[in-house]
Amino acid sequence: MKGTVTVDEPRCKGCALCIPVCPKGLLRLADARFNARGVHPVELIDPSSECTGCQLCATMCPEAAIAVYRAVRVRA
Amino acid sequence: MTVVAPEHAMTPVYEFPDSLTSVPTHYCPGCTHGIAHRLIAEVIDELAAKERTIGVASVGCSVFACRYFDVDFGQAPHGRAPAMATGIKRVAPEALVFTYQGDGDLASIGAAEILHAAVRGENITVFFINNAIYGMTGGQMAPTTLVGQKTASSPAGRSLVGQGAPLRVSELLAQVDGAAFVVRRSLHDVVQIRRAKKAIRRAFEVQEQGLGFSMVELLSSCPTNWGLKPDAALDFIRDEMVPAFPLGDFKVPEAETAGAAGAGTADSSAAGADAAGSAVAGRARRG
Repeated sequence: MKGTVTVDEPRCKGCALCIPVCPKGLLRLADARFNARGVHPVELIDPSSECTGCQLCATMCPEAAIAVYRAVRVRA
Repeated sequence: MTVVAPEHAMTPVYEFPDSLTSVPTHYCPGCTHGIAHRLIAEVIDELAAKERTIGVASVGCSVFACRYFDVDFGQAPHGRAPAMATGIKRVAPEALVFTYQGDGDLASIGAAEILHAAVRGENITVFFINNAIYGMTGGQMAPTTLVGQKTASSPAGRSLVGQGAPLRVSELLAQVDGAAFVVRRSLHDVVQIRRAKKAIRRAFEVQEQGLGFSMVELLSSCPTNWGLKPDAALDFIRDEMVPAFPLGDFKVPEAETAGAAGAGTADSSAAGADAAGSAVAGRARRG
């Protein structure tokens, strides 16, 4: 796994601006649940660990609701 | 389900900026005010200036900006943010002072204040959010509304004959000797957002160097009052607003305009914008 993102779901307004900028198409609106605002928050669906932590989604997010992480080599 | 902690081998490369509070914003979904807030907060973090930054909010949707930035903040009467920022900067010259104003506030009722703050060369930074409409009051025509654009107060579209052409504030202020740094950027895609952030950083640096008045105009969206979905609103900026408000550097400090490959020029966007920007900068140099 190269990277991953977390979504601060209570902050997410479901504007979906992050979804088309993901080069791997790994983000979608979570159709099955709502947050307290009553919107479907964005969620990362990455079963084969394709996320590289490129930050394009976080750059686009108007709510600063996306945090991005990248894997670092841990020396034993 | 809320925030999921990543595995421990994961290192954060982007996190919520320190200079924003956790208060949820009242902005509509997809409004680029949030992006502008985030970029300014990120730059304040990078400059490690959070404890000495003082912002001044305007009247408009951004009236509550004081709740969202975790820095000292004032809130000025309509259009008067540059006047308030002038006073703050003069009594606290060590502070990093910025105003955050929309187009209704800055280009209409506040036109005199912004012009004369630039004329005096006040050492403040202005972030001018241009979304071509009055947002908070329900989508009326602003000085920056595009010709033909339908608003609550121009239901047949803005007409050249009745209401005139949109006001290009950056081009106007670039003519003023006291202005040191005047650029226009857009928030309609990732590339433009990154350019906008560089300009925000440069504007703060111009203030830190005491070079004079700095302003970054940011083309922004108003999905609600434009009647467009958030992604379509970004397309509207790209397709309709950028041609009317060309992106570029309208005035940058002398040292940056000297070389053909100056940092400011390299940062410019569309080819046409480069030409417009350097033409204005050229006039300023000769004058």
